[in-house]
Amino acid sequence: MIWIFDLITLIFLVITALISLQVKDLLSAAMVFGVYSFLMCLLWAGMEAVDVAFTEAAVGAGVSAVFLIATVLRTNRRSSD
Amino acid sequence: MKTLSLIAVVITGLLLLSAVHDFPDWADPESPASDYRLSQHYITQTFPETGVPNMVTAVLADYRGYDTMFETVVVFTAGIAIIGLLRRSPSSRNKDKGKATRTYKKKPDLIVDTTCRLLIPIIQIFALYVIAHGHHSPGGGFQGGVIFGASFILITLTRDLQAAQKWVPEKRILNLAGIGVLLYAGFGFACMLLGDNFLDYAILHKIMPATPTEARYHSMLGVEIGVAFTVTAIMFSIYSNLASNGEMKETL
Repeated sequence: MIWIFDLITLIFLVITALISLQVKDLLSAAMVFGVYSFLMCLLWAGMEAVDVAFTEAAVGAGVSAVFLIATVLRTNRRSSD
Repeated sequence: MKTLSLIAVVITGLLLLSAVHDFPDWADPESPASDYRLSQHYITQTFPETGVPNMVTAVLADYRGYDTMFETVVVFTAGIAIIGLLRRSPSSRNKDKGKATRTYKKKPDLIVDTTCRLLIPIIQIFALYVIAHGHHSPGGGFQGGVIFGASFILITLTRDLQAAQKWVPEKRILNLAGIGVLLYAGFGFACMLLGDNFLDYAILHKIMPATPTEARYHSMLGVEIGVAFTVTAIMFSIYSNLASNGEMKETL
């Protein structure tokens, strides 16, 4: 695995994790969480765990982001804390 | 309180980082995970024993089939729990009729409609390919089922829930999910009835026109299809319950 690619992905992974925890607008938090899942998928693919990467792309970045967005739109968009 | 939890998190993080030092190097052939004789057995014997080139699928559906069966049961239980929590019966629906609910009237947009009309069959065929081709390439029941469920979610997003329910009616969702689990367990019990262990597919060559190796290969496809049934039905059910507030009428 190319270490520069590895490093950039890991840095963005930490950044997206912090953003999705800190941001007050829950819709953006759900979307940034989807980006986090996609970066995880890239890391799995880089480690040649293609089956895990495929699952992460389908379940993490795909369907669970849709579930979170649907839930946010049906409940409250602003975080209370 | 916040600073206290921050200190706890930082200390735990530092402990975990110091533990990373003791990990074996990435892809180290001397590491315990690669060195143990069970891994050697999987790496060298998977293809002669099962005829499946993709080791991950063979371990998932055959050697560790028991785990995968109960993963399917976990998905099934999660779906039932979400239906139980969110689904509202028609009688309780009338109670808050006066309450103003947000409605999202959807105008059929030509570009969105045409794109999805072209895309949805391709997505569904790709999902079936992922399920059926899991023996040779990455994929399998879970991934293919999620992609298949996502195609129904796309129909719900672009049209409405009624359009998607033409293909997956609400009454059939639990039937479909149950069929998936029963199909998986049925393969296990069929092995038991023929006198071998639960989910030991090789014995199925007695009722299949195949050699023991081929019987394992084809039984794996069977259980993957079972997993795909459950995952497809539950994914669509979770989305439709979440997006329609449990009323199964109008979605976002």
